[in-house]
Amino acid sequence: MKNRKLLVILSGFVLIGLFAFAAKSYKSYESSRLGFLSQSDSSVFVPDYAPQFGDEEAKVYLTEFLDPECESCRNFYPRIKSLLKKYKGKVKLVVRYAPFHRNSKHAIKALEATRKQGKYWEALELLFKYQPKWASHHHPQPELIFVYLKEIGIDIEKLKVDMKDPKIAKMIEQEVSDLKLLKVRGTPAFFVNGKPLEKFGITYLEELIQKEIKKSY
Amino acid sequence: MQSKTIENSKSWNLVFCCWMIASISTLGSLFFSEVMEFPPCVLCWYQRIAMYPLVLLFLVGTFQSAKSTFAFTFPLALTGWVIALYHNLLHYEIVPESASPCLEGVSCSTVYIDWFGFITIPALSFLSFSLLLGILLILKRNNYYEK
Repeated sequence: MKNRKLLVILSGFVLIGLFAFAAKSYKSYESSRLGFLSQSDSSVFVPDYAPQFGDEEAKVYLTEFLDPECESCRNFYPRIKSLLKKYKGKVKLVVRYAPFHRNSKHAIKALEATRKQGKYWEALELLFKYQPKWASHHHPQPELIFVYLKEIGIDIEKLKVDMKDPKIAKMIEQEVSDLKLLKVRGTPAFFVNGKPLEKFGITYLEELIQKEIKKSY
Repeated sequence: MQSKTIENSKSWNLVFCCWMIASISTLGSLFFSEVMEFPPCVLCWYQRIAMYPLVLLFLVGTFQSAKSTFAFTFPLALTGWVIALYHNLLHYEIVPESASPCLEGVSCSTVYIDWFGFITIPALSFLSFSLLLGILLILKRNNYYEK
């Protein structure tokens, strides 16, 4: 009777211990894998086609996977902007896409096409601003994007042609395959110089940025 | 007091085995979702509902009679087994995805792990529930002849 109790208690502890050990090893394996990726292939985090915002000379790359249709990305955007302002000259933003919603691809195509008219950042802000309208849950109207983009003087006819560029479709495919490689399953997802943000939140992000600035400067 | 606990050591070992299987399955599924961060699909959640309580039921069962342990755990194990069977049929495309309850969120036929070409998460779940059912049936027979 006593032996049975002891066996049950011991087994319980062994199982929980094994679980904790496996969890720890997995986490350290993952972070070293990502570290290795960023060293051997920085294009995973900073592909040459991705739009960049900030000083050319900045040494800290903040890669953000975002979805124009994601509400959390919308809420984060002004905070990211103020972070970039605060660490001006040291940090630059690299925008990547995570098309996780129904009309994401349409919005991304339109957004990418605005680059040809030199209005990318204004267009991104505009899409976030009117997100509740064109990406409403009950009644999404992706075609409204064209109406709003006129506000910043986009030539819609040209945009509609540019959107069909096979390069954009190919780029989205690359983004999706990188999402799988980096195991990004939610947006916004952040990497600072290839290091993943482990705990989600703007303060944690700022801490990670400060850490990388210290290392690079 | 003595009469309430499991009569013979073979039965006790069987219950203990079940408890280990349920515990390993529970911790394993938590590892996939919490550590590796795979989002569980709807069918996975239903199987979890059947598996998680079994850990506590078998734990209590190691101090109860085999008969009552069987009575409380068999319905849960059977329910889990049926859902796991359905999940695997879906996985191997024997049942079409359109007939599945997963319309939004994570698809139940998304493959997250595939070790050696046949060990997937639904396959592991099916294996656990099958083992549990098998051991429970042996436990019942074992107890029947004891009387």
